[in-house]
Amino acid sequence: MAATTMTTPARQRLTVKQRLSRLDVKLSPYLFIAPFFIIFALVGLFPLLYTAWVSLHRWSFGSDKPEAYVGLQNYQRLWHDELFWNSLKNTVSIFLISSTTQIVLAMLLAVLLNEQIRFRTGFRIALLLPYATSLVAVGIIFSNLFGDQFGLINNVLGWFGLNGIAWHTDRFPSHLAISTMVNWRWTGYNALIFLAAMQTIPKDLYEAARIDGANTWERFRYITVPMLRPVIIFVVITSTIGGLQIFTEPRMFDPIPGTGNGGASHQFQTITLLLWQEGFRNFHLGYASAIAWALFLIIVVFAIVNFFVVRRISSAEAEEQ
Amino acid sequence: MTTLDATTPEAAPASAPPRMPRPVPRARRRGRGWRPTVLTYGLLAAFLLGSAFPLYWQILVGSRESTTAFDSTPPLLPGGNFFSNASRVFDQVRFWKALSNSLIAAGAITLSVVLFSTLAGFAFAKLRFRGRNALYVFVIATLAVPTQLGIVPLYILMAKYGWVGHLQAVIVPNMVTALGVFWMRQYLVQAVPNELIEAARVDGCNMIRVFWHVCVPAARPAAAVLGVFTFVMAWNDFLWPLIALNPENPTVQVAIDQINTGFSKDFSLIMTGTTLATLPLIIGFIFLGRQIVAGIMQGAVKG
Repeated sequence: MAATTMTTPARQRLTVKQRLSRLDVKLSPYLFIAPFFIIFALVGLFPLLYTAWVSLHRWSFGSDKPEAYVGLQNYQRLWHDELFWNSLKNTVSIFLISSTTQIVLAMLLAVLLNEQIRFRTGFRIALLLPYATSLVAVGIIFSNLFGDQFGLINNVLGWFGLNGIAWHTDRFPSHLAISTMVNWRWTGYNALIFLAAMQTIPKDLYEAARIDGANTWERFRYITVPMLRPVIIFVVITSTIGGLQIFTEPRMFDPIPGTGNGGASHQFQTITLLLWQEGFRNFHLGYASAIAWALFLIIVVFAIVNFFVVRRISSAEAEEQ
Repeated sequence: MTTLDATTPEAAPASAPPRMPRPVPRARRRGRGWRPTVLTYGLLAAFLLGSAFPLYWQILVGSRESTTAFDSTPPLLPGGNFFSNASRVFDQVRFWKALSNSLIAAGAITLSVVLFSTLAGFAFAKLRFRGRNALYVFVIATLAVPTQLGIVPLYILMAKYGWVGHLQAVIVPNMVTALGVFWMRQYLVQAVPNELIEAARVDGCNMIRVFWHVCVPAARPAAAVLGVFTFVMAWNDFLWPLIALNPENPTVQVAIDQINTGFSKDFSLIMTGTTLATLPLIIGFIFLGRQIVAGIMQGAVKG
């Protein structure tokens, strides 16, 4: 008897505890993910959607209300704006030059690092230092090195009796110089990602190929590259999203960075640079929003293209196997 | 560049087979890969030189006179003007303010990203709840969304609430990242055994204590890598701080941009500024380099 009277209140207390515990199990997951979703909704998603609304208005910098509803006028203006098409061309050009050379260089570097070299950690750390350097600093340094008149690179070309290149004034050289900046910062980083993937490739494959008489190049071409495809695709996609939004490099490359012109004749003005100029130099927030929304759509298009390329490559791979 | 001799590439495969017997165990231990040649070290040295040179150049110019940047035969070694140039940098812009602002902003962003990513990553990796899969698909989808493009309305909002020019305008929009959640979830899925969570529950831990005593200790390595990358990103962020802050209250990036404007540029001054701005992270990378390299490489394999 004494035992049962003792347990009854204890059991009741336990059920309350159990109920609390069940509530805890049910609610905690939502509490854990809530900070991410709430903050993301407020500072990530909402501004992006609100951009679409702002783009339908005439809206001046400094006022917290639109001046007038203008419908699609900002987009009409965008369609006929030569500067926009110019910036789109520049962005894609810089993106293509930098991403192709970067992947080739990073791959080469990864192959080198994958050999049984001495000071391997030292090499890896040293090649990662550019990643830690600020883009503003990189932009300033490279703009100086690529100076049209007395830049070090043109001086060095002069030692060999070559003519200097108008790195800032001419369109293609300026894209090349900006791509160099991008690659300088990211090649080592991507090489480490390739290297990590290379080290997961089974060694037996190489030994079998060696026995079959495959030389170094053939082993690289028919074993390493196909095995690295997923990682290559990952690197391409991440560099697409970042590369199409390129801003700091072209801005700092300009000898007069404050204008956002991207060169005297806009020869290296990118879309984000134009966005910044229209919004925060010319104070047309509505038009800047239209540019932002257009850039968003362009990125989506590129992502879809990427997706189909990925699917195609992976299905081709499946057929091979 | 003498290492680019045409004979070296052929020498590699030819000399490898006879040496095979002894190096094999060593090769197994240290990963596959063929034996390095002079060409390997030559190319690596070229990459190294390319990586280091721009950093060296800023120190070289920053420690000399302005004209050094345009010398047709520049000196090879740094001069002695670095500290006098540095004091001019401190006169011209509010560099101490910028440095402390950058530290506070990047530090706060890092803490918040790591904490919230670990919380959400733990929930997605280990807890069951209604809507989990749908919500996680949402996180994955937002990975590709360039939130940076929301700067115009973000600015309008910040202006409305009087945040423009204050540090919280830089901190708050960067407090969470989808990438961080993805990263922590991927790691925690295999790093925390379910049995451990159940055991902690049986011992009477509530979920917060399970998170704190089971998840957090296991999450440390991945959280450290996430922290380093978030810090680097926040420290180097430029577009948004340029819009949201002003010269009176800048971050380091905004401050060196300020030195760089103007028509007659003093490059020794500017390069001293960039050196001061890059030095903290470079030093950090040299000290933590081993762990950072390991972190990138682990992440690459898992992602």
